[in-house]
Amino acid sequence: MTSPSWRGPSWRRGAGTSSGFSRLATGLLPAGAHRSRSAVSATIAVGGGIVGLIVAVGLLSLVWTPYDPGAIDPTSRLQISSGAHWLGTDKFGRDVLSLIMAGSRTTLVVGVVAVGVAAIVGVPLGILSAMVPKWWGEVIMRANDLLLAFPALLLAIMLTAVQGQGVVTAMIAIGIASIPSFARVVRSGAIGVMKTEYVLAARAAGRRPWAIALRHVLPNVMNLVIVQASVSFAIAVLAEAALSYLGLGAPPGTASWGRMLQEGQELLFVAPRLEVFPGVAIALAVLGFNLLGDGLRDRYDPRLRDGR
Amino acid sequence: MLLRLAERTVILLVSLAVSSLLVFGFMVLLPGDPARVALGVNATEADVATLRREYGLDRPLAAQFLDWVSGLLRFDLGKSYISKAEIAPQIADRLQVSLILVAVSMLVALLIAVPFGTFMAVHHQRPAGLVLSAISQIGVAVPAFLAGILLITVFAVQLGWLPAGGWTPPAYDPRLFLTQLLLPALSLGLVQGAVLTRYVRSAVLDVLREDFLRTARAKGLTPMRALARHGLRNAAVPVVTVLGLQLATLLVGAVVIERVFVIPGLGSLLLDAVGNRDLIVVQDVVMVLVVAVLVTNFVVDLLYLGIDPRLRTGTR
Repeated sequence: MTSPSWRGPSWRRGAGTSSGFSRLATGLLPAGAHRSRSAVSATIAVGGGIVGLIVAVGLLSLVWTPYDPGAIDPTSRLQISSGAHWLGTDKFGRDVLSLIMAGSRTTLVVGVVAVGVAAIVGVPLGILSAMVPKWWGEVIMRANDLLLAFPALLLAIMLTAVQGQGVVTAMIAIGIASIPSFARVVRSGAIGVMKTEYVLAARAAGRRPWAIALRHVLPNVMNLVIVQASVSFAIAVLAEAALSYLGLGAPPGTASWGRMLQEGQELLFVAPRLEVFPGVAIALAVLGFNLLGDGLRDRYDPRLRDGR
Repeated sequence: MLLRLAERTVILLVSLAVSSLLVFGFMVLLPGDPARVALGVNATEADVATLRREYGLDRPLAAQFLDWVSGLLRFDLGKSYISKAEIAPQIADRLQVSLILVAVSMLVALLIAVPFGTFMAVHHQRPAGLVLSAISQIGVAVPAFLAGILLITVFAVQLGWLPAGGWTPPAYDPRLFLTQLLLPALSLGLVQGAVLTRYVRSAVLDVLREDFLRTARAKGLTPMRALARHGLRNAAVPVVTVLGLQLATLLVGAVVIERVFVIPGLGSLLLDAVGNRDLIVVQDVVMVLVVAVLVTNFVVDLLYLGIDPRLRTGTR
């Protein structure tokens, strides 16, 4: 879901204070803050760092986890943190650290596929709506707005009702629900590009519309797509966690942070820490992608952003 | 003004029509026969055929669709495939519960967002404002159901001050109703409040830079009074939009929160229906939620015209 953002004029944004503290703090500021160049870099660095960490953990878990994340060990159930099990064990005696590590893989795969589906449909749709006659563009955008009335979670619940639970169902539902934000963002950028002189020149020279779309429009809206991908990724992480928590996402036996929350809830009175670790992992992932998206948005040319 | 109203109404009606088609199409076109699903894998072909006839599933799709829509308009949603109970009264009961939850959560979110967002904007370069900004960024990253679990851990498990879940109708026991409502409303409201705070902050920041506010200051108003008299109304326009979008998020967020706190709302009905594979109930509840979202957007558009007279006349 793209949220409209209100920002000050660009000349205000260059003027930031930069004592050590405020630089760190402005790195965490939402849109609308005026940030110095270094504050923007700090946001990207922190966001990118968190995202990088999660990707690294996910890759590492492919080849190594302290224990087999699926290995049930009745002799070591519900242990607290120790040298053997850094984050303790769950009710089946599974190692929590290994589960968290393997869970990052589920999160990343769901995010990549969902964002991929949304971008593959949404980006061409946005460019198309900017290139066709105005009236048709409006129709496309109205249809697009209508899809916004179906939030990711609702769409996923509906799909699950028919198809049965599964990671694939969840990924596709979240992806479809994210199409409108891509289409909208890309359209606003593409309208600006279509008015530029080089596009006019290309049209005068007789270039075909699809060639203009590929050679001129797409490269110029790529920045917007990358920013939107980061924001949508955060939404996908949240949606996957919620679905798996409800028992509609990752099936039993798949390591997933949302599933861990669900399995831990019945033990809330006994071992609340089982909720804390996956909870922190989810929040950290969302924070990372949000910060990265915010930072990149400020880094890229602000003129394109307001291309309408 | 009237023209705009008419335009909005037409858009609403078309959206409702198209989305009913979408929901219906979605449930019908996807593989999976509702009758077979309802009867389970051991059903004989004859049983399935009987149930299909009973629910009119053997008729042409167009007839089924028109039947469903005309039922929707009369608030007759048919009977559940599983429990055979009328669906409309169930939805009405559950909707009441969910709406109370959503309304109170929205109130919590506003009570957090307006003062804190304004404060953060006015003090945007001072440490206090910056620290609050950072906290709001973290708040945005926490899903509501996680906030709910954490609140239960602290207030129900550790401190034992509040119940960990449940629902009592307000008429039955108002005190218990309130204590049970507090944690779910807080979990939805806190997270939504964090999101909203960021928008209030940017909206107020933008207004602070406007010429008319400088003029108000020049007339001798203090910054706070200038903001109260001229600023907040202007800042309200973007905030109202986000508020509308958030209502949709809250309705869906309530689905998950109802599961966390064992609240018998619309979300529980939906999830139970998914669990039982009661597709007609799923279809009806989803449609009710979508109607709620579309009507909310319509109301937001109208509020818009009320708040900002500039939008009333032609030019966008």
